[in-house]
Amino acid sequence: MIDVLRILEKDARTSPATIADMTGRTEEEVAEIIAKCEREGIIRTYKTVVDWDKLKEERVFAFIDVKVMPARDVGFDDVALRIHRFPEVHSLYLVSGEYDLRVVVEGKSLKEVASFVHQKLATVDRVVGTATHFLLKKYKEDGVIFTEVPVDERLAVTP
Amino acid sequence: MRTTAEPPIRPACRIQQMPPSGIRKFFDLVSQMDDVVTLGVGEPDFVTPWSIREAAIYATEHGATRYTSNYGLLELRRELSRFLEKRWGLEYDPATEILITVGVSEAVDLAMRAILEPGDEVLVPEPCFVSYKPCVELAGGVPVPVACHADRAFHISVEDLQAATSSRTKALIFNYPNNPTGASLTKRELEGIAEFAMRHNLVVLSDEIYDRLTYDMPHTCFATLPGMIDRTVLLNGFSKAYAMTGWRVGYAAAPAPIVEAMCKIHQYTIMCVSNVPQHAAVEALRNGDSEVNLMVDSYNHRRRLIVKGLNRIGLPCHMPEGAFYAFPSIKHTGMTSEEFCEKLLKEEKVAVVPGNAFGESGEGYVRCSYAASVQSITEALDRMARFLDRHAADTTAEEAA
Repeated sequence: MIDVLRILEKDARTSPATIADMTGRTEEEVAEIIAKCEREGIIRTYKTVVDWDKLKEERVFAFIDVKVMPARDVGFDDVALRIHRFPEVHSLYLVSGEYDLRVVVEGKSLKEVASFVHQKLATVDRVVGTATHFLLKKYKEDGVIFTEVPVDERLAVTP
Repeated sequence: MRTTAEPPIRPACRIQQMPPSGIRKFFDLVSQMDDVVTLGVGEPDFVTPWSIREAAIYATEHGATRYTSNYGLLELRRELSRFLEKRWGLEYDPATEILITVGVSEAVDLAMRAILEPGDEVLVPEPCFVSYKPCVELAGGVPVPVACHADRAFHISVEDLQAATSSRTKALIFNYPNNPTGASLTKRELEGIAEFAMRHNLVVLSDEIYDRLTYDMPHTCFATLPGMIDRTVLLNGFSKAYAMTGWRVGYAAAPAPIVEAMCKIHQYTIMCVSNVPQHAAVEALRNGDSEVNLMVDSYNHRRRLIVKGLNRIGLPCHMPEGAFYAFPSIKHTGMTSEEFCEKLLKEEKVAVVPGNAFGESGEGYVRCSYAASVQSITEALDRMARFLDRHAADTTAEEAA
């Protein structure tokens, strides 16, 4: 199963037929593995890594560190579950260190993100502090390097 | 300003008579064309892992800009000695039994010149890397090709070696896993070759540059076989395993008198391998392993993909055990290897290398490198299928007429 997932993780568009050839499995077997992984939530989704900076489309990302007062029995989970439902929240992690939650927020403008933080995030119960870091430039995301487009510089035929 | 149309100086006859590499000819053809999907590349499609490149930058910043020992950076030889001990249990003295060379290519040349008397014969199983025969000739020796056949999946046969042996046979040079066939050799087969080498008192030049790229079977280092460390020149390097082709770092490990003789030639011709790449090689040995394993997995996927695809479109192909080459037969097309490659290039813009570039027994085959992206491989296979369909129609039409 892991061999199939590794291939899909690198390129989600690889067809079951190609994966079958690559792994020595039958196409049916590969389709079955993929279906099972989708059913069981092992495969969460298929997505595309887009470099939005290349387009006119304005998108603002910010990393917001959130300090939370933990509560008996639930720790940080109930606060996290409140926060992650906001559509502005792109990713949410529980982290170690000075802050407890790291929220990645996406918006159309600085103002939009800032007002989300002030009005929605900071006002959630037991949130005792936030620190906002706006993303200025993406160098690498999900294993994809953004600063250079890879070119094959090898000679076309070599011994 | 030139004074005469014909320059008054000429290269030596023996060099003029030496045929240029069949690859070179094909390369010239390919380089005149745009948008070629190439399966013709004999090098990894990965760039060198970053930690290795970073180590080279660090070495440059810290002034690794001078000559190293003729034998190569001692730190690298020590690291190699440890590596060979750990991987194979082989003991090579870093001071006297290891020489750092400009890739395996230089090591092949040095070894030939170090061991051959004029007229000595060297057994060269074919198909094989393009430089073996010319290196034997340049060293004053006589290459004796020994054909390997498709019915044995291009594995070397000791009987064939035996039949090609004479009283002048001095050495045997072979490469496994093999470029261009992808064939490797089992421990049992190697034992047969070792026994043969012992019987005829041969020097064995064992080019194991693709040893890390072995699939489905473990690689056996030739020098680990009983008695073989005393008569083997083990040739290896960093190009293929660590995707370091352009750095040009290889090595030879052999008994001290042979290494000393090789170093004598090396010191007069090369002096030493570039300093910074040697530092990069140290980092490769220390921390390159996990990256190598990732690359091996990736090649293995593409190996299966291309072999399955070639067989499906009607080019019979054995499953190669190592390296990153598939070597399908094109005999049923009625074309020679060169015709096939030239037509495929002109009509479908796909570059594969004619098998006869690697020796006569490669005629009827083409080398397809799968050090290419999955997209390139599938695209090339689609185009080749179209090409075969079209030419199958030709032959049927001819037969009907």
